[in-house]
Amino acid sequence: MTPLLEVRGLEKRFTVKKGLFGGVRSYVSAVDGLDFDLHEGETLGVVGESGCGKSTTARLLLHLMKPTAGSIRFAGHAVGSPNLPLKEFRRQIQMVFQDSYASLNPRLTVEESIAFGPMVHGTARREAVPRAHALLDRVGLHPARFAGRFTHELSGGQRQRVNIARALAFRPRVLVLDEAVSALDKSVEAQVINLLLDLKEEFSLTYIVISHDLEVVRFMSSRVLVMYLGRVAELAPTETLYTQSRHPYTTALLGSLLSMDPDRRTEAAPISGDPPNPIDPPAGCRFHTRCPYAEAVCSRSAPVLTVEGAHAVACHRHNAASGSSGASQTEAV
Amino acid sequence: MMEATIPAIPVMAVAIRSPGYWKTVLLRFARDPLAVAAAAVVLLLILMAIFAPWLAPNDPLQGMTLRRLKPPGTEGYPLGTDELGRDMLSRLIYGARISLFMGIVPVFCALFIGAFIGITAGYAGGWLNTVLMRTIDVFFAFPSVLLAVAMAGALGPGIFNGMLALTLVFIPPIARVAESVTTSVRSLDYVEAARASGASAMLIIRKHVLGNVLGPIFVYAMSLIAVSMILASGLSFLGLGVKPPQPDWGLMLNTLRTALYTQPLLCALPGVMIFITSISFNLMTDGLRSAMDIKA
Repeated sequence: MTPLLEVRGLEKRFTVKKGLFGGVRSYVSAVDGLDFDLHEGETLGVVGESGCGKSTTARLLLHLMKPTAGSIRFAGHAVGSPNLPLKEFRRQIQMVFQDSYASLNPRLTVEESIAFGPMVHGTARREAVPRAHALLDRVGLHPARFAGRFTHELSGGQRQRVNIARALAFRPRVLVLDEAVSALDKSVEAQVINLLLDLKEEFSLTYIVISHDLEVVRFMSSRVLVMYLGRVAELAPTETLYTQSRHPYTTALLGSLLSMDPDRRTEAAPISGDPPNPIDPPAGCRFHTRCPYAEAVCSRSAPVLTVEGAHAVACHRHNAASGSSGASQTEAV
Repeated sequence: MMEATIPAIPVMAVAIRSPGYWKTVLLRFARDPLAVAAAAVVLLLILMAIFAPWLAPNDPLQGMTLRRLKPPGTEGYPLGTDELGRDMLSRLIYGARISLFMGIVPVFCALFIGAFIGITAGYAGGWLNTVLMRTIDVFFAFPSVLLAVAMAGALGPGIFNGMLALTLVFIPPIARVAESVTTSVRSLDYVEAARASGASAMLIIRKHVLGNVLGPIFVYAMSLIAVSMILASGLSFLGLGVKPPQPDWGLMLNTLRTALYTQPLLCALPGVMIFITSISFNLMTDGLRSAMDIKA
């Protein structure tokens, strides 16, 4: 079966400093060779520290930015090809942003904001407005009370519900949730997450959940992709990843989770320091500067993403051909 | 016991329809007494300019050497007469026409052109932004008064040339404000969301950018009206704007200055009018700005 979304070698570099005569001096590689598939009906979680390229990836997926290199295919078609014009692709994939306030036009009423998308795609206003009302009702906002309001008259949770309705108005197949619940307080966050899970069933959606909150990702996702400095560190089904993580970075991230069990409390910080400067990323494995298992090979060559069943990991310790001492041990076990 | 005093919250709230952005702004504006007073003065001045022929007691152009430089309070000439014996009150009333015209028209012309340049540069970004904005920057190298004087001087005196000079002077600052506001709005998520919807650039600008950008640009342009009036008066004063015998406050200030020692009060009158007008416009703009600043 063709995956819904096929991402191959996706790269995005931003120019930071220009030389005196226009010569380019340095780049930030926000996304540096990303490969993954998104299957119809799944929820793919994307986690990583801030600055690892999660949001850039989301914007690249929606074609809000031009990638420096790489390709994105949707349902087997290249975006912009005769079979899948860019405008149609945009209807199929929508996004809910983190900042619920900034993602709604302050001059438009709630119903206008929701109806805007379908109207762009040729729905008449007299159809789009009742549909906006129906969607408002579906996301738990009474249309009679909320349809005529402006953004600043809503609470954060209400605004995010409006944003969800706005994205759903397109009848998309994929919804990218870029930290969509991170800015909400915990009780509201739980309500919105449950709403999202219900909507997924009802509208047969496919989700990409981008978050730094590991618990949210675990609760929502069927597969999880761990990103480190613009690359895939590990990609595995949720429970496999949370219980048998292979990449030292994933292990460290999971170690930062608070445990309910006092016997499992951690004393030392599982990971220290900040991620290296992406302008000048470390050679070889990008994690080797902070990795407790780093060896000579790790600073020499970048590990390739090795797939073993449904579990993919980019670490020399899990690749027998790499010559890492850890590799032979794990093979032996 | 305490609970009894708390009024019950109606469970079924009625349909809440927001009064709309501009209505909200108007309500907020109405609550600012100073701004309302200033707006009233501006309105009075505009009415005065429109109905000048009915309001003026005498012909503003008809002079008589016998009654020149009479002080305010003279019988038949409540505000006195000027150096050619023309009625000051009538000249001040008629002067509002040209002075307000010279204040408002160049600013509105500049608003159209400047906003167009600025919004284009801000929304497009990249090299187009660089080309447009650096060109605009060249104009900032000259002080605005000097630029207006040089332009009017090169074009020759006259109302139309004066207006043209003032329009050119106001395009760069308006374009710059428009560019910065557009650039900041453009990077907001709702514009990003609109782009993700597949809407064309024109539709996004019309529906999502203009509404959020025109307010601040308009308020800024309003604040320039007072500047424009003063500059126009300055041009007339230097003989580059309105030509005599047309009544214009700036020109009147110029011609009356010879009588500064004999009739100081008389000389001050056109200046007082300029002062009242510009301060009213400024206060009104200030009130409008704070009324438009609606926060969550």
